[in-house]
Amino acid sequence: MTPEAIATRVLELVPVGFDCEVVVTSGTSALTRFANSFIHQNMADETTSLSITLVSEGRVSTSSGTATPDTLASFVERAAEATRVAPVNPDWPGLTPPTDVPPSLPIPERTAHASPDDRARLVSEFVAAGPDTSAAGYCSTGSTSVVYANSAGHVASGSVASSVIDGIHQTSASAGSGHAASRNLDDLDAAAVGAVAADRAERSQTQTQIEPDEYEVVLAPEAVATLALFLGVYGFNGKAVNEGQSFLRLGERQFDEAFELVDDGLDERSMKLRFDSEGTPKRRLPLVTDGVARNIVYDRREAAKAGRESTGHSIRFFGFNMGPLPIDLFVSPGESSPDELISGVERGLYVSTFNYVRILDPRTTIATGLTRNGTFLIENGELTGAVSDLRFTQSFAGAVGPGRVLGVGNDARFADSEFGATIAHTPSMRLAGWRFTGGAAG
Amino acid sequence: MFDIATAAVEGAIAAGATYADARVMGRRIRDISVQNGDVQSISLSETIGVGVRALVGSSWGFHATDQLTAAAARHSGAEAAAIAKASRRVPGPPLRLADIEVRQDDYRTPTEEHPFEVSAEEQAGLLVESTRIMLAEPKVSIATGQLGFWDVDSWLVSSEGHRIHQNLVHSGGGLQAMSIGDGETQVRTYPQSRVHYESAGYEAIRKWDYLGEAPRIAAEAAALLTAAEMEECEKPLILEGSQLALQIHESVGHAIELDRILGWEAAFAGTSHLRLEELGSHRYGSELMNITADATLPGALGSFGYDDEGTPARSVPIVEEGIWVGVLSGRDSAAIAGVPAGGMVRADGFNRLPMVRMTNVGLLPGNSSLEDMIAATDDGILMATNRSWSIDDRRLNFQFGCEIGWEIKNGRKARMLKNPTYTGITPRFWGTLDMLAGEKERVFWGTPNCGKGQPVQVGRTGHPAMPARFSSVRMGVRG
Repeated sequence: MTPEAIATRVLELVPVGFDCEVVVTSGTSALTRFANSFIHQNMADETTSLSITLVSEGRVSTSSGTATPDTLASFVERAAEATRVAPVNPDWPGLTPPTDVPPSLPIPERTAHASPDDRARLVSEFVAAGPDTSAAGYCSTGSTSVVYANSAGHVASGSVASSVIDGIHQTSASAGSGHAASRNLDDLDAAAVGAVAADRAERSQTQTQIEPDEYEVVLAPEAVATLALFLGVYGFNGKAVNEGQSFLRLGERQFDEAFELVDDGLDERSMKLRFDSEGTPKRRLPLVTDGVARNIVYDRREAAKAGRESTGHSIRFFGFNMGPLPIDLFVSPGESSPDELISGVERGLYVSTFNYVRILDPRTTIATGLTRNGTFLIENGELTGAVSDLRFTQSFAGAVGPGRVLGVGNDARFADSEFGATIAHTPSMRLAGWRFTGGAAG
Repeated sequence: MFDIATAAVEGAIAAGATYADARVMGRRIRDISVQNGDVQSISLSETIGVGVRALVGSSWGFHATDQLTAAAARHSGAEAAAIAKASRRVPGPPLRLADIEVRQDDYRTPTEEHPFEVSAEEQAGLLVESTRIMLAEPKVSIATGQLGFWDVDSWLVSSEGHRIHQNLVHSGGGLQAMSIGDGETQVRTYPQSRVHYESAGYEAIRKWDYLGEAPRIAAEAAALLTAAEMEECEKPLILEGSQLALQIHESVGHAIELDRILGWEAAFAGTSHLRLEELGSHRYGSELMNITADATLPGALGSFGYDDEGTPARSVPIVEEGIWVGVLSGRDSAAIAGVPAGGMVRADGFNRLPMVRMTNVGLLPGNSSLEDMIAATDDGILMATNRSWSIDDRRLNFQFGCEIGWEIKNGRKARMLKNPTYTGITPRFWGTLDMLAGEKERVFWGTPNCGKGQPVQVGRTGHPAMPARFSSVRMGVRG
């Protein structure tokens, strides 16, 4: 059965007296991992999954899982039974009414039909870029079709595709990373990505330790992606705002004017669906312009609580209870090359990636984490050597506050925040200060 | 279901694999979430499918499908072999699997009250009442509760002759009270940060007395708003058991994973500060530090009958009197390291490749008590319940934040402290362990959300732990 046929059949099977929304996801995902310069894990799976939310007399429950044509009826029956014994949920916001949803872009042929040999070829190119280093990372391809339908008559369907090459090269004393992601497998230049990683690793072989302190920094796109994601999760999240946990104050100048943040599920580079988990169409939503927070992201539940409309940011697909999140983040690029950003720094640090970042308090956005895969000292506008990884304890909102962004790079691309390679499209950025609170030795 | 798994193995062998194993895995999960007395969600997840792993030369391939027919399973096996053959484009060194006894067996988690036989209405009701109790504290503005129940059946077949059925049942949950002040949030949770799970039925929920503890955590969350901020200092630190469990998880459990030590996780999860040549000689901590990885502990979350390669559950010494003596391994990594297969390879669902995961990695008890530690401390800090955690990719440099702290002055608990944090370097920190509570205060803490691997898999691990004192620790670092 096609995903459309499964969704239709589910709506037919739902007992009288129940409202229903159904999401059917069908696709292939494949991931080839390598370490010590050889492929050590290599997998693919083909699954169709189903999620049904049923509502009856205020009682709501969601059932999800794998389901075949033979098991659909019993699956719906169990979902209905679960709903009958569920407590009343006063926060249920109702079904999304019929709404136009923008059509998906077609899945690139090369991504849709990527073979294990295609991924192995990219891996071999990444590995070969560092003949004197040891490589580790992954190459993934995936394509998925999704159908959303509900008993109010709303139907949305679309498809997504992604391909990623991401990894490190290592020497005995250092590591450097390289990253690329795109809808189209043909866009990935694994040799070039591998060369960036190998270059960072080789230049980091001799590391000095510097005293923890506040340093001016140039953050590579991956580090900026981490910053943008944390602002999204803890600041622009409608649930966090409704509960008073967010630091945001709409309309106030809380950010530097050079820091511009948009969530845009309609951008042609996006690797996400053009509707959210509740079938609400996505849109281009400015989050920060001219240094001012402009919008909050909402799903239907949080929008109802705030007296607003959903902005299409439900992430119930992922089963999280974190509230609505922006997952198509774009930080606007500037005009400076990364070298130009570095050239303006008298003494500071260049950070390739952050690692294991965790929030300490959402109201202050103070987070802690470490640098990883290439941290370099900048002196008189030049990278003068590698330094050992450092721990930081820093307010993310404060880092891009008024007067704190000294330059924005022209090198924006999809960058992995360590929470996913397809969430944030970010440039390099020069910031006036970043507080490092510990060296590798503690 | 054994027939489906057998077909998958046959498909892989027919396509050229020298070894194959397949798992049909059916998983049923119920999750309940309540906030401020209102049910946020009740969800039921039911997944079933087959995943097959094929070895061709020195290369692995894995394929999974949710089509449970013999033909689809056989095709999946052939696909796994084809993927393994593609892996040979970038081949590794020769690969051997450590020998294990071939078993045909059946294992079930002992339960007193199966969690799916208790109605969702009753379970949600417990959280509704608990969150209302917490909300009765005027300064608590967000009171949440969660419960989760897992019922997993797996049927493992290997080309060596394994046929093992397991039924694992996990139950857990937790409460959180949050107070929001001027530019700050404070939280208290119970039984531990986020949630606590056990290999058990609904009795694992009843025994923790959510209703009885709800007022205490609400009062503490409120009191934290006006508590003193912790000053930066270096002095003795006493950790309560659940925070020590997380400390073990992050700074011992991950560091002893053999796949990390061998570099297989270098790009994502990271490596380890441990080097195999130091096994048996590296000093991990003080002589009070005795750690095992024991998958046989009754009720602990990381317990099972067999791992996903068919290796029987066992207890493996990890640290003895402060010396590192053991690793977490699977059949392939164990063969490389020259150690027996540890039985620590598990997969998060039918469509994920089995990988090295913690079982129950925890401390053997000492002979002190929390009361004795406080009494023996002139000037120190007591911290409880994790709030934030961060550690580097070699599991060496860590910083943890806790929900609550207290000054210890002249052998007594004194002022409450908010936003307590501590930082350290793994072996140096464990080297300062100078008091450890006994069996009476040991709890098998259960963490159901350990992320590792690509695609990310969520592991479910246990950590026996009890209160402990560390003689000198840097605390109170802030931005």
